[in-house]
Amino acid sequence: MGAGPAGIEAAAALAASGCGVVVFEKNERPLSNITDKACLFPNFESADTVAAQLLAKLSHPNISLQCGHDVSCITSAGTDPAAGWRVDDESFDAVLLATGYTTFNAKRKEELGYGIYPGVHTSLELEQMIRNKEIRNSISNLPKRIVFLQCVGSRDEKTGNHYCSKLCCVTAVKQAIEVKKLLPSVEAYVFYMDLRMWGQHYEELYRTAQQEYGVKFVRGRISEAGGTFDGRVQIKAEDTLLGLPLRMTSDLLVLMVGMESSDGTRRLSTLCDICGDYGFAQSLDPHLRDNLTPRQGLFVAGACKRPMTLTDSVVDGRSAAFAILSAADNK
Amino acid sequence: MNKFGFNIATTRSINLDSANLSKSAALQELVPSYRYCIGCGACSATCSAASMTDFNIRQVHFKFSRGQYDGLVDELNKCMLCGKCVLVCPRGVNTRALIINMRKLLEE
Ligand code: SF4
Ligand code: SF4
Ligand code: SF4
Repeated sequence: MGAGPAGIEAAAALAASGCGVVVFEKNERPLSNITDKACLFPNFESADTVAAQLLAKLSHPNISLQCGHDVSCITSAGTDPAAGWRVDDESFDAVLLATGYTTFNAKRKEELGYGIYPGVHTSLELEQMIRNKEIRNSISNLPKRIVFLQCVGSRDEKTGNHYCSKLCCVTAVKQAIEVKKLLPSVEAYVFYMDLRMWGQHYEELYRTAQQEYGVKFVRGRISEAGGTFDGRVQIKAEDTLLGLPLRMTSDLLVLMVGMESSDGTRRLSTLCDICGDYGFAQSLDPHLRDNLTPRQGLFVAGACKRPMTLTDSVVDGRSAAFAILSAADNK
Repeated sequence: MNKFGFNIATTRSINLDSANLSKSAALQELVPSYRYCIGCGACSATCSAASMTDFNIRQVHFKFSRGQYDGLVDELNKCMLCGKCVLVCPRGVNTRALIINMRKLLEE
């Protein structure tokens, strides 16, 4: 279920081992969470190239891809737990939930002015602008200043999302660099509570942003944003390292929206009784049985479990395929 | 005695061995959400009093948590208890309750 990186990688690995695989995808095209990006962190590889490589894996004769198919019903095929599963009208030995994530709806943080002031955008919208090589707010022309705000809809009691979305920190650094590449004279600021550069080469990317692109980092959470008469955005924060209030005006304010469980993840994991915290699907345990669920023949992979990068999702998809094959061997 | 202009200087550092943390511990009991603060500065950024005075609610409650109570009574009197800081805190710290209880504990 789900033709994202985890689902595709698992399907490819299973097909290569001789299994027949059906991939259900609710959208008209697979990989929508990759094809809406310009380049990927940390190496600026083109998202389209990676998407094409992943898609090519689906052209195995054992794989049937059904796009535009939003699965409505998953049930066990019989009372015997080993009887397999029925998905809509078809029967399967095993089912893999790889229904992924969605991004936080920034309108829920009203004080940040998204949908109210023209200069406030989400990181996804900025990604589109970077893809189109056209960065501007809807009123002024070329921006002179751009401000990124971390942790929008993550690590926030007020939205109910206590968790960290894991990849918005490095995404902001990546986007700030991309903006500077397109418009070298832009001043770029990143407002953060903590910068989490946990992956390989992420810390180096942060350093590159400072060293080669002059991106400035301010430790403080923006408490509110307002519009100015000329269509820009005024923000308020505390420069916590100085202990002084800070105000500034920017042409663009980019909200680094976090990851939430997708509608499909919520609905299908609830249907299968494996819905865990924040509507993410829950595996048996996070260490050694992270692709298994309490239900025989039902497996989980990728960002339907928790915020995950593309790399992690691919690895997790492959590991789910292995779990499915081992379960079949033990049957 | 001629001291040649020398004095014994008091240290500027916080000494957590000798600091009196009893009030801070009491505050944690009274306002349990006090423990969750991550020092993001959203409260101090939005603070109504901070736009007119040098009041910094985040610094005040950090000083309190380290047992540095000197001067805090005067600082806290700058707050007008409007409650804006509670609305923006990402950790759900009840800063307004914190202020009221800090005042009480400092008066004791
Ligand atoms: S990755 Fe960074 S921006 Fe995203 S939620 Fe975590 S700390 Fe916040
Ligand atoms: S807004 Fe909340 S978490 Fe941030 S400094 Fe203030 S009390 Fe602490
Ligand atoms: S309650 Fe006090 S500290 Fe909080 S915003 Fe109002 S004046 Fe500032």
